[in-house]
Amino acid sequence: MAEKEYAYYTGCSLEGTAVEYDMSMRQVFKALGVGIIEPEDWSCCGSTPAHTVDRVFAAALAARNLTIIEKMGTGIVTVPCPSCLSVLKRAHLGMTQDESFRNEVNELLDEPYEGGVVPKSTLQVMLEDVGLDAIASKVTHALPGLVVAPYYGCILTRPPEIAQFDDPENPVSMDKILEAVGVKVADYAFKLECCGAAFGVPKRDMVNRLTYRVLSMALEAGANCIAVACPLCQQNLDLRQGQVNSTMGSSFNLPILYFSQIVGLTYGLSPKELGMDKLVVSADDIVRSRITIEELAQREANAKAAEAEAKAAEKLKKAKAKEEDTKTEET
Amino acid sequence: MDTLNLTKSLNLSFIEQVSKESGQNPSLCYQCGNCTAGCPYTHFFDYPVSQIMRLLQTGQRDTILSSKAIWLCATCETCTTRCPCEIDVAMIMDTLRIIARRENKVSEKDVKLFYDSFLNSMKEHGRLFEVGTLLSYNLRSGNFFADADLGPKVLEKGKIHFLPRKIKGRDKVAKIFTRFQEKAKKHG
Repeated sequence: MAEKEYAYYTGCSLEGTAVEYDMSMRQVFKALGVGIIEPEDWSCCGSTPAHTVDRVFAAALAARNLTIIEKMGTGIVTVPCPSCLSVLKRAHLGMTQDESFRNEVNELLDEPYEGGVVPKSTLQVMLEDVGLDAIASKVTHALPGLVVAPYYGCILTRPPEIAQFDDPENPVSMDKILEAVGVKVADYAFKLECCGAAFGVPKRDMVNRLTYRVLSMALEAGANCIAVACPLCQQNLDLRQGQVNSTMGSSFNLPILYFSQIVGLTYGLSPKELGMDKLVVSADDIVRSRITIEELAQREANAKAAEAEAKAAEKLKKAKAKEEDTKTEET
Repeated sequence: MDTLNLTKSLNLSFIEQVSKESGQNPSLCYQCGNCTAGCPYTHFFDYPVSQIMRLLQTGQRDTILSSKAIWLCATCETCTTRCPCEIDVAMIMDTLRIIARRENKVSEKDVKLFYDSFLNSMKEHGRLFEVGTLLSYNLRSGNFFADADLGPKVLEKGKIHFLPRKIKGRDKVAKIFTRFQEKAKKHG
């Protein structure tokens, strides 16, 4: 694959509580030959809190980063966190579609943003720029027994005018990527149902209730793991799973993995490099279940052979019984 | 349920203000209730989002600005995505929150306090300092042990930084804050 370079805006979460998202995303991009460069001295995007203050102010906090990225000349910035992505896209679209808004935002900045950056999620870059065939071609390992509920969270594909990617009601990009690396994906009805992460600290009870529904529905869908693409969702479903259990009297023990960690596992990357030990709900069983695709093929061939043998034995038994029957009839 | 005297509390300029600031036309809403049907937070709201829309159409400024609903909306965008009249409902909720904040009418003080702790951390360091934000929120809200149970878990995973990562351009980020505050003062 041709080396294409992207600016890579990690956002604050990926430096702290979501460090394993950053670790695994970088490893997977490396394996796929996608070059990424971190913008120098990037700042926080402002996220939800800035939006409760003022729209121009919120856009300015995000646009400081767009100005820095614009100078890098990569054209596209790829963003793992949907909250950062949404804020960067809102600023970019608002400033390119409305001149007076752009002027107002630029008045708050040291250096103006001219509108030359396209923000895309890391999921979008993988699906559209790398492609499913290339993603599948790097697979060396299988995770038999794993059934994943793909959880997209609320704003990765919504509202459609801002996200401009995948379906706003039934997204499938993560499903497709996971299937391309040979993982079984459950039909999950709560792909987009908000887990409440933004209110985790001030409204714990409310958030625990919402999280409970998301986790329950994954079990009902027959999944034994949830895949996410959002650091806030991950933190909420994983770190707060114990809180949910004590508040709601449940006993969830459901590993919450970043989709990039799952892809990385199928690429044979080491669990350490993928930050598997950073997860609160242990994913050790998933890691231990990993086998090479040769082993899987052997396992499947053995199973087939055993099945054929059993069938042949059954046939022989039936034939013998028939023979006995005719013999008895003759006498 | 509250009884409102719509004639007495009608505020026409409020409808105009919200329409202008949000860029949306609230009169397009025909009360189908699709937004409320999909809202994950509706059980926690004092007024479901479709009722907020109706209150807005009838200019019920004070009831809306003192509602809990506008602060408990997480901007999950379900309402916006499903509105058959293509109203950006989440944008209207966002605008109402902004106006409530500006007028110091905040019904959910803890939510605002958390947002403020986040923004203060950002202004000071240029990036979010997670531990500092949580501690500042706990001190100022009086919920001294909010999420204290999670501390050992993240600590064990080596995910916590006890010192902020200050970026070089943090003064530039802080300048965005001060420029905005000056501009807001000038325009009242």
